[in-house]
Formats: sequence, C-alpha cells, structure tokens
Amino acid sequence: MSDTNAKISGIVGENDVVLFMKGTPLFPQCGFSSRAVSILDHCGVKYESVDVLQDMEIRQGIKTYSDWPTIPQLFVKGEFLGGSDIMMEMFEAGELQELLDEKDVARAE
Amino acid sequence: MPMSADEITEAITAALPGAQVEMTDLAGDNDHWAARVTAPQFAGKNRVQQHKMVYEALGGRMGGVLHALQLTTAVPK
Repeated sequence: MSDTNAKISGIVGENDVVLFMKGTPLFPQCGFSSRAVSILDHCGVKYESVDVLQDMEIRQGIKTYSDWPTIPQLFVKGEFLGGSDIMMEMFEAGELQELLDEKDVARAE
Repeated sequence: MPMSADEITEAITAALPGAQVEMTDLAGDNDHWAARVTAPQFAGKNRVQQHKMVYEALGGRMGGVLHALQLTTAVPK
C-alpha cells in the first residue's frame, strides 16, 4: 500500500463521516462540493472534510482509493457512499438520513 | 474539446445496449451536462456500481474532459 493510500485509509477509518471536497465547507471551490456540503448540513451530522486542493497526492490518490473519477466523495463509517449526485439522489429519497441514523453517526452540535 | 451530447449518448449506449439516455445542457454551453441513464444492466446493482458502469462506458473521460456531468441512474420499470 502506498503512503497516500495509507494516509487516506487512516482518514477514512478515523472519522465516521468524511467528505473529500474542493475547498472547505465555509468556502467550497466547486458547485458539486458545495452541493455535498449543503446536503450534509441539512442532515445535521458532524463530519470531517478534507480539502483536496491543499494536497495533490490526496487529490489523485482518492480517485484510485475508491475507483471513482470525481470529487467530492463521501465516506460513512469507512464505506464509500458516492459523489454529489448519489448524495442528492439518496437525500431526496430520504435514504441518506436513514443510513446516517442506522449507522448511528454523531449529530452536529 | 468538450464532448457533445451525441458523443456521450453513443459512448453510453455502446457499452450498455438498450440504455435510454436523456441529456440536459445545464449551462447552455455544450459543456455542463446532466445525463439520466435508464438501463436494464443496472438491475441488482447499487448506485455506486451503476454510476461506475456509466463512467466505464465513458472510458476514463469522466473527471477529465467531462468535468461536469451530473448523473442520475435508474433501472427501467
């Protein structure tokens, strides 16, 4: 396993909900990332975010790690859930909220 | 060169015969697309797997030349 893979694996393992995105939740740098942040905020969960624009290795590495070509990417309890389109589909169907409840992730304060 | 709606549709239907592809030009610039893909091959697959099948059909262009393809997948009823 490469260093980058190990680093990503560590981040994904240590955080219940983690969003790899462009920019930060306060200042998203792309529309898809912004949409992902809004969805998580609506769900009211506590999440960690990783700004891939600050780390080229993670920016490329995350695509290999999950075999997914685009960013943002959402992981819940170590599992890759999808990008912003899947998040939106799941959110609109109420499935994302259900899944977050089922997995018993922490609520945002 | 961005991909045209026809090129995207052709790539998807070539890989997933029988798929229905509805393209929407989100920004009116021939570059920001939304695709709704309905394909029998999606049956029994979860969303990540379904999206990956479409990305594979696009042969690595997703995230590259196709930086802004909004994707929705469905199994035909």
